[in-house]
Amino acid sequence: MASRSIKTTILSLFGAAALAACGPSEPPTAGAPPQAERLSEAQYRQSISDIFGPDIKVAGRFEPGIRKNGLLAVGDSVIAVSPAGFEQYDSMARGIASQIVDDKHRQTLIPCAPAEPKKADPACAKQALAKYGRLLFRRPLNETELAGPTAMAGTAADTIGDFYAGLAYGLAQLLDSPSFLFRKDAVEPDPDNQGKFRLTAFSKASRLSFFLWNAPPDDELLRAAESGEIQTRGGLAKQVDRMLASPRLEAGVRAFFIDFFDFDKFDALAKDPMIYPVFSTKVARDAEEQTLRTITDELITRNGDYRDIFTTRRTFMTRNLGIVYRVRVASEHGWEPYEFPAGDQHAGILTQLSFTELHSHPGRSSATLRGKAVREILLCEQVPMPPANVNFTVVQETNNPVYKTARERLTAHRTDPTCAGCHKLVDPIGLGLENFDGAGAYRDLENGAPIDASGDIDGIHFSNAAELGKAIHDDPAAVSCLVESVFRYAAGRDFDKGEKEWRGWIAKQFAADGYKLPALLRRIATSKAFYAVTVSDQRVKEAQR
Amino acid sequence: MKTSIKRRQLLRGMMGGAGVAVALPFLECFLNANGTALASGRPLPVRFGTWNWGCGMNPQRWIPTKIGKDYDLPPELKYIAAIKDQVNVFSGYKAILDGKPNLPHISGMMALRSGQVAAKESYDAPTLDVLVGDVIGTDTRFRSLEMAATGNPNHSYSYRNATSKNPAEVSPISLYTRIFGTDFHDPNAADFKPDPKLMLRKSVLSGVSEQRAAFLDQLGATDKARLDEYFTSVRQLEQQLDLQLQKPPPAEACKVPKQPADAPVGTEVGQVLQNHKLMAELLAMALACNQTKVFNMVYSDSASTLRMPGEQMIHHLMTHEEPIDAALGYQPKATYFVERSMEAWATFVSTLAAVREGDGTLLDNCLVFGHSDTEFARIHSISGIPVMMAGKAGGRMKTGIHMNETGEPITRVGFTALQIMGVPLDKWGMGSMQTSKAITEVMA
Repeated sequence: MASRSIKTTILSLFGAAALAACGPSEPPTAGAPPQAERLSEAQYRQSISDIFGPDIKVAGRFEPGIRKNGLLAVGDSVIAVSPAGFEQYDSMARGIASQIVDDKHRQTLIPCAPAEPKKADPACAKQALAKYGRLLFRRPLNETELAGPTAMAGTAADTIGDFYAGLAYGLAQLLDSPSFLFRKDAVEPDPDNQGKFRLTAFSKASRLSFFLWNAPPDDELLRAAESGEIQTRGGLAKQVDRMLASPRLEAGVRAFFIDFFDFDKFDALAKDPMIYPVFSTKVARDAEEQTLRTITDELITRNGDYRDIFTTRRTFMTRNLGIVYRVRVASEHGWEPYEFPAGDQHAGILTQLSFTELHSHPGRSSATLRGKAVREILLCEQVPMPPANVNFTVVQETNNPVYKTARERLTAHRTDPTCAGCHKLVDPIGLGLENFDGAGAYRDLENGAPIDASGDIDGIHFSNAAELGKAIHDDPAAVSCLVESVFRYAAGRDFDKGEKEWRGWIAKQFAADGYKLPALLRRIATSKAFYAVTVSDQRVKEAQR
Repeated sequence: MKTSIKRRQLLRGMMGGAGVAVALPFLECFLNANGTALASGRPLPVRFGTWNWGCGMNPQRWIPTKIGKDYDLPPELKYIAAIKDQVNVFSGYKAILDGKPNLPHISGMMALRSGQVAAKESYDAPTLDVLVGDVIGTDTRFRSLEMAATGNPNHSYSYRNATSKNPAEVSPISLYTRIFGTDFHDPNAADFKPDPKLMLRKSVLSGVSEQRAAFLDQLGATDKARLDEYFTSVRQLEQQLDLQLQKPPPAEACKVPKQPADAPVGTEVGQVLQNHKLMAELLAMALACNQTKVFNMVYSDSASTLRMPGEQMIHHLMTHEEPIDAALGYQPKATYFVERSMEAWATFVSTLAAVREGDGTLLDNCLVFGHSDTEFARIHSISGIPVMMAGKAGGRMKTGIHMNETGEPITRVGFTALQIMGVPLDKWGMGSMQTSKAITEVMA
């Protein structure tokens, strides 16, 4: 922790200077049209926890997101709210609002006391609604916006005969509002660019905060937006550095990797208990946590090289995981650091349960699914769908007496030319991980035959899983995939054609920064491209003038 | 709401003097001569739903030889023997791609349900249930109910458009809570007092609806449409509350079910069959109690992820990788799943048929559109994806018929359902699948 804050201080002291001095400056981009991203489940929960406290329960079901070109964050910009989804939002809103005003919380959460507890008190209601409206909408509410919920709280208080019960209805109205549930970009004419537009300070603050913390802006960031500080280069850099130095950065980095690595799929992960008795939902939960801990340790605490996550032997263990990894874990409860010995096949996140178990079938491993995951998730490549009319004349049965191992079965399968094209792209990668069964446990044999985990990826030979990790480590595609995914995640959109030069530039910066994630986050968070908006809609333009 | 009382008030009037509290059987004298409407003139509602199973069937073991009435039941269809007279079978109808790729387990679903296919998974037109729901689903508490017996909320094929999908309830307990939880009003309860808090809740939503103009104002056209859906969802909840503020018309077949136990969900086939049955029973009562008129039940997802204990392969994988048994002529394990699917379909239809309503059954007032994603899953065939339609749709559909029109666009089956349900469309589908020809043989 100490080492990190020192590093960040250095970063903040020299950051601005370094930006200007180092290499070519940021290429200009036109930006994208304003958008409205639906809050993700994690963002909704974090908002409630930040604003009202972690003991306020959020009881309800969230609509599943849409993964667009690999990222849920990009899908959040195109997803709507179904009737069933809104029903749930409304039910959660009522549940949250009633907790805020209950006996336990009203003292601390409601900033004023009503003159008469059994009656409406518009002044006090307005004060409370203004306070929480600003935090929920991530900007101050205007008089019209405040009038609605205030009147609502008044009517309800008079009907029920209780100020607090009435206030809950006003609060529920804020929580049901699209201004809370969607992060809508607001734009204004750009004073520095005649005829162009920019994000308002509050929209800028929101974008930054959800990027770095996966949370709404805190009071200090809202203050910097209110004062306009965030619209200046120095003011923005100051906020970015403050946020990068905060322990809350970890939650933001985790949120990115949960999205990037498809960890939402853990929710539906199941294994056949007869085939994989070691698997349990506890193991699955710990497997996800293990990888997130490995990543945040390497990339934030140690400020290490991103590529090392594919080779590192350092990780963290629980008793549950120890059983699958066949590793002795001293702590009965909780986590402890662990380092696999040199020469062990466990090296890097590809060999962790979160990868091998997530990209397998419920009853067996899958070289095809794993190879596909490496290509699509880690290298951002697109593997075509299988052809519809597949000829499965070559039998792939795991108890086939002739083809005992997955390699033999898949090799047989690849004799079919219509399948060969794509399977050649994915299987040789996945076969490198065949030493890990469908539940992620290490094995030397499959059906009594030794497993050959050698192969090649785009011409680079590897002889086992650890070497496969090294090959990914050295693959420039893994680096550009991360850089581009971080930007797309942050911006909630895909790249625009006009951003080609910028893509090249940011990748170069990442390399120059030693592949350090915090440095990349800083580059993006302080870049112009991240906030650039283009307004083509004439009516919007006119409305803004 | 002048038709909302009659019978019960009448009965209370008749019996009140004697001071007797009775559970009321449905008396046929209160029906009109055809049994399709209450004597008051209020017709029994007609409901529509879809039912989906993944990975098709073996054509040679599923398609009846005989066309028309009294069709035969090959081995995989024998499970529907008890309800055969209530079920129409459609074989041979084709999903036509017009040069677009056949996306395995996806294109067939898009063709069947939305009348068009895209080059990637994208429901660019609303699915059948949404079209029907817009016509018949506006006066019930829920526009529609979606359920997945697989335990996965993503297993839903109900779309208004590509970015607006109706998520599924995934467990009997969550389905129960949604329908029969605290917001439920028993339509047959003797007294009705509108809850003043419902008025307040409605005002909360009206306040949100009023933000529409201001919120949409600065958005581009696509986002405007998308956010408009949000406001439509808000309005729909307002309408639900409106309905709850009125005394509900009595629903004679409605018996509030007991809360099911909180049981695990998942894709193991035994678990799926069990949860599917429980959800079917809850749904039957949701329909009988007028909580919704539209539903979508996913027994198994397209590209079925169902599994058997101790099996390395899920159902989908088996369809591709299990060898065809030379003696049997089919894949025994994959076929096990097909047969369980047909068993589940029979359970579903029978559950609706077991509820007496009017002088017939709940099923008589339903149209259930059951279908899969492929014909023979091994090769992802989408020529002849199996479809069945069950129920009399309130007297608008004939049943017990097998139709086979090989090569005809599969949209004709969906179009027929839309016509029967009174959706005002004179044609449906895109490209070569556009059709204005309903299958009149099954229309009453």
